[in-house]
Amino acid sequence: MSFLEVFKTYRWDQVKNDIHRKTFEDVERALYKSHRNLQDFMALISPAAAPYLEQMAQQSHQLTQKRFGKTIQMYIPMYLSNECQNICTYCGFSLDNKIPRRTLSEKEILSEIGHIKGMGYDHILLVTGEANKTVGVDYFKKALKLITPEFSHVALEVQPLDQHEYEALIDHGLNTVLVYQETYHEEDYKKHHPKGKKSNFNYRIETPDRLGKAGIHKIGLGVLFGLEDWRTDSFFTALHLQYLEKKYWQTKYSISFPRLRPHTGGLTPKVEMTDRELVQLICAYRIFNEEVELSLSTRESHKFRDNVIKLGITSMSAGSKTNPGGYANAPDSLEQFEIDDQRSPAEITAMLRRQGYEPVWKDWDKVFTVLSF
Amino acid sequence: MLKIGDKIFSSRLFTGTGKFSNGAIMKEALLKSGSELVTVALKRVDPGSTEDNILSYLNDAQFNLLPNTSGVRNAKEAIFAAELAREALETNWLKLEIHPDPKYLLPDPVETLKAAEELAKKGFVILPYIHADPVLCKRLEEAGVAAVMPLGSPIGSNKGLKTLDFLEIIIEQSQVPVIVDAGIGAPSDAAKAMEIGADAVLVNTAIAVSENPVAMAEAFRMAVKAGRMAFEAKLAKPFDHATASSPLTSFIDEL
Repeated sequence: MSFLEVFKTYRWDQVKNDIHRKTFEDVERALYKSHRNLQDFMALISPAAAPYLEQMAQQSHQLTQKRFGKTIQMYIPMYLSNECQNICTYCGFSLDNKIPRRTLSEKEILSEIGHIKGMGYDHILLVTGEANKTVGVDYFKKALKLITPEFSHVALEVQPLDQHEYEALIDHGLNTVLVYQETYHEEDYKKHHPKGKKSNFNYRIETPDRLGKAGIHKIGLGVLFGLEDWRTDSFFTALHLQYLEKKYWQTKYSISFPRLRPHTGGLTPKVEMTDRELVQLICAYRIFNEEVELSLSTRESHKFRDNVIKLGITSMSAGSKTNPGGYANAPDSLEQFEIDDQRSPAEITAMLRRQGYEPVWKDWDKVFTVLSF
Repeated sequence: MLKIGDKIFSSRLFTGTGKFSNGAIMKEALLKSGSELVTVALKRVDPGSTEDNILSYLNDAQFNLLPNTSGVRNAKEAIFAAELAREALETNWLKLEIHPDPKYLLPDPVETLKAAEELAKKGFVILPYIHADPVLCKRLEEAGVAAVMPLGSPIGSNKGLKTLDFLEIIIEQSQVPVIVDAGIGAPSDAAKAMEIGADAVLVNTAIAVSENPVAMAEAFRMAVKAGRMAFEAKLAKPFDHATASSPLTSFIDEL
């Protein structure tokens, strides 16, 4: 059974209703047991859990330290291209946005690598829009050939691909793929993705299955907060996570928490997610799943990031640029979204150390990836 | 004294190097623990980096390095990683860890045995991390490992010796040292493992994640020592009831 079939057995409105009907008793039961199920997760993300936030934070803090220690993994995005054939109502790279388009050449990739290595990074996330003709599997292979010798851990956040394409990229040293569903609300998904290959909801929702079959080491999941009810969308993310963990049991998983940020020609969020609610969600994920990695990008503010590293987050970026060539080639070009936390890796390192955390720059070795297949 | 391979250890507390808040605290805690064998994940080692290299905190003469293969999913990857570790850390000692399941990090017995057989031929001093499976321990012993490292409970769980009955069988049967690895959450767990006759224990999370890792390291040092002394002094067996009379055999005297 693929996840799509599992997904079809649920109804959005029913799930939303179930979450909103959770009671204080449900929340307390979820807090005091040792293994939590999806019903408990629902309780923890429900409005009824709001008064329990401090207790949730304390549990999340303890569970995270037990598993991950007093460490935060550091990664940085490298945008390879902003060419895109999709229209996405919320994205700065959307086809209908009249911005200069750029795809990095091999020479430009090399100079970006040099700059990023100089910042101390060893884990990298490669990002593009979706332009299959110019920025397809062949382009990724070429890019990986330049990048994998320089970094211990390489992740990709690009258009969904076929299983055999993922297999080919894994052979080139790819370790991790992030693919966010954006929203599990099918009708709303179609509204926000009216044109391009991305408008195919089913192909996107089955992407983690294709990745699992390809034998990828790690899959990153998430939704874009601001499109739809965050609680319902998060339930489906957790459902997806649980399904994947059982089926592709040799793969590791991470969750990200992108909140809609202003960008060129932007969309105002339909549903606001407050800081308090985001903290609730981070803690709920940790209490539900002690092992999943939780990642927070520079979309979030300085103060917010400083405080949530203790509450369940296990990896973060710093000094990020969200425009292709942003580090060395074209520092002034338009970004995909606005960075909020502008601090340098050195400043983030100092902040982490002040709080008693060790920034970890290398927690993988390319020998594990290259040899797997 | 404990002998593994060609090395003699006066401390029976082995330690891990993950999860500490910084290198200096790690070093201070490990020195305090008295540990002479510290395991370090190959994936954390960056030979190219000079700054904050985990190895720079482990260069004290007290420490012997035990590289581990954490991150590999099968025998083939483990063998490659082992050779890389031997080269990078200049030791043929190896903690063989193959856990294809990244969630609970439970060891794969089939791949571990396969890798151990190959690595023994290549001259490694192998300490495999495994389930508390007595038959697997005997098979690994036959393959030529230097010690076995059965788990007390899931790694990082702090749950103590959930596998106690099986550990006792392993200790009874083993011809190589038995090191209880994983799950030891409190000094009392470590003492218990030593009391039942384990040759050593390996502790990481309980020290690293404690609020005071240095004090906790010392507590473990003392517990391991106390447990070993108790084992050597032969513990009295506990009885549930006092045995004052002999209701079943007193008739003999009346005959």
